[in-house]
Amino acid sequence: MARKSFRQAVNEAIRQEMARDPRVIVMGEDIAGGMGAPGEDDAWGGPLGVTKGLMPQFGRERVLDTPITESGFIGAAAGAALTGLRPVADLMFVDFMGVCFDQIFNQAAKFKYMFGGKARTPLVIRTMYGAGFRAASQHSQCLYPLFTHVPGLKVVIPSSPYEAKGLMIEAIRDDDPVIFFEHKMLYDVEDEVPDEPYTLPFGEANLTREGDDATIVAFGRMVMLANEAADQLGAQGISCTVIDPRTTSPLDIETILEEVRATGRLVVVDEASPRCNMASDIAAQVAERAFEALKAPIRRVSPPHTPVPFSPALEDLYLPDVEKIISAVRAVMAAGGRKAA
Amino acid sequence: MQLSREELLRAYRSMCTIRQFEERVHAEFATGDIPGFVHLYAGEEASAVGVCMNLTERDSIASTHRGHGHCIAKGCDVAGMMAEIYGRKSGLCAGKGGSMHIADLDRGMLGANGIVGGGAPLACGAALTAKTLKTGAVAVAFGGDGASNQGTTAEAMNLASVWRLPVVFVLEDNGYAESTASAWSIGGDPLVRAEGFGIPGVRVDGHDFFAVHAAAGEAIARARDGGGPGFLHLKLARYFGHFEGDGMTYRAPDEVAKLRAERDCLKLFRRRVGEAQLLDDAALDAIEAEVAAEIEDATRRAKAAPMPSPADLLTDVYVSY
Repeated sequence: MARKSFRQAVNEAIRQEMARDPRVIVMGEDIAGGMGAPGEDDAWGGPLGVTKGLMPQFGRERVLDTPITESGFIGAAAGAALTGLRPVADLMFVDFMGVCFDQIFNQAAKFKYMFGGKARTPLVIRTMYGAGFRAASQHSQCLYPLFTHVPGLKVVIPSSPYEAKGLMIEAIRDDDPVIFFEHKMLYDVEDEVPDEPYTLPFGEANLTREGDDATIVAFGRMVMLANEAADQLGAQGISCTVIDPRTTSPLDIETILEEVRATGRLVVVDEASPRCNMASDIAAQVAERAFEALKAPIRRVSPPHTPVPFSPALEDLYLPDVEKIISAVRAVMAAGGRKAA
Repeated sequence: MQLSREELLRAYRSMCTIRQFEERVHAEFATGDIPGFVHLYAGEEASAVGVCMNLTERDSIASTHRGHGHCIAKGCDVAGMMAEIYGRKSGLCAGKGGSMHIADLDRGMLGANGIVGGGAPLACGAALTAKTLKTGAVAVAFGGDGASNQGTTAEAMNLASVWRLPVVFVLEDNGYAESTASAWSIGGDPLVRAEGFGIPGVRVDGHDFFAVHAAAGEAIARARDGGGPGFLHLKLARYFGHFEGDGMTYRAPDEVAKLRAERDCLKLFRRRVGEAQLLDDAALDAIEAEVAAEIEDATRRAKAAPMPSPADLLTDVYVSY
């Protein structure tokens, strides 16, 4: 097993699946790069180099550069999935869903149900999300709650290179449309990643820390921060469980409920805007089903209800961080007014 | 292309089936028994049939909200369609799709579509599958004059041109996008738009089955042979409103009556095959009678068929979850 970056893990997953299954194709803007241009072929391998090397190995017929035409090629990917291919389409930044969402939520997501169960749509849409890149309001959002809201879509948010590879292979082999979220601040993070192909199941949460006092649920890049917060709190005598659900649709709510019943305290860390995000969804489900176990009100750690700001001073303020998570855990520890039933 | 007697009979049967199906849905909708809303294709039969006569089951079409005609022309089961429109479990989509989402993937019918302009990118996808897997299949994207102004249509045409996809875009210009005249809503000329994407196009009298069949045949054959996408601008007309219940006050008072009398594609077909002595009235009348019986049977069965069961609400969302 070698140490690999998140970028390498995603690349390796796609490469191995393309080698395994000739129906797997990839498409997107600059996915190889340099199409029709006088210079280098495979000039970019995607804007951040994630798909570098696929085109030289598999050729232009299976690694398709597209014009900047998100509705066109995301829709084509949906239609190709419906008719026998297994496309991995790169919607470069999730913010661009604004120009192609119809093809995702009205078309791909609904084929199976609308057609009475007869359709299969094995489509993966990879997309970058998240703040911290000083990329401002139109290139930094965490729009996974919007996709989670739509029945028919699966939503995957890996938090590490190991997860990225296993979940990507699972996504490509899955017969439903999957939106695969890659946090742009995670690409250079390294981890032990097996060389051979492997899958991680959807809808099964991973416990990255186990403790008795409070449960922290976190998504994507926030898992790293939650782990760091839990480690610091542990050194101060507060032991936390950290849950990485890995997928928001399906969501492993049972594991979350089980851990909340064990600790009686819940903090949900979600980089998405605070209204109707994953934190509010989980808070609602826990309040509905495990209210009697709660020793303190649920706390949500999310950004304020604003667009993502540009200035580093403002963006740093905007984002959840380790200090904010620690402070939320301390708050649920202090608010011990209710006794568990 | 010279059509055989068998092909002519098949074409007439298909157009007749669409017409009678739509006239029946029109009548039944007025009774209040059909849920939701429907958009009828009557008047436009020469387009669906003229195009789809050039396709096989392995070829795909992406349709529109006015999709019943495309479904029938592509071979969807008429009884299953009627049951679907009534929301019955025996419907082609188990009652979960309804009029605007009838699909039959086994016959290459990728779905009617509730989103104007939604189908063109999907047809590109089907064409990409054909090109990648080298199946020799083609795809057809039907769209109306309304869809022709959507960005998805422009994006799909550009993508088809850039990727040289085996896809034909068929613009069914029935004169009105909902209540808005296409003469007003389309800036410039659709043929020039196609030309701007490097896609050869042709404008055809959409009431004339033979003209549509020939033009579509040429574009589809070219696409199938690796010659890239094609475009047809069909000028035609619908007999009913945008949806059932539309008072059509935006149309001239005698417009539809005049169209039915002078430009009806079924009448034009009969006159043409009669004058050329290709088919006689008896054969055509027999088809009309057989179709009438088929539609009657489909309607009776649809009305008698059971509704979906409560358990059906939660199934078919995912392959696995």
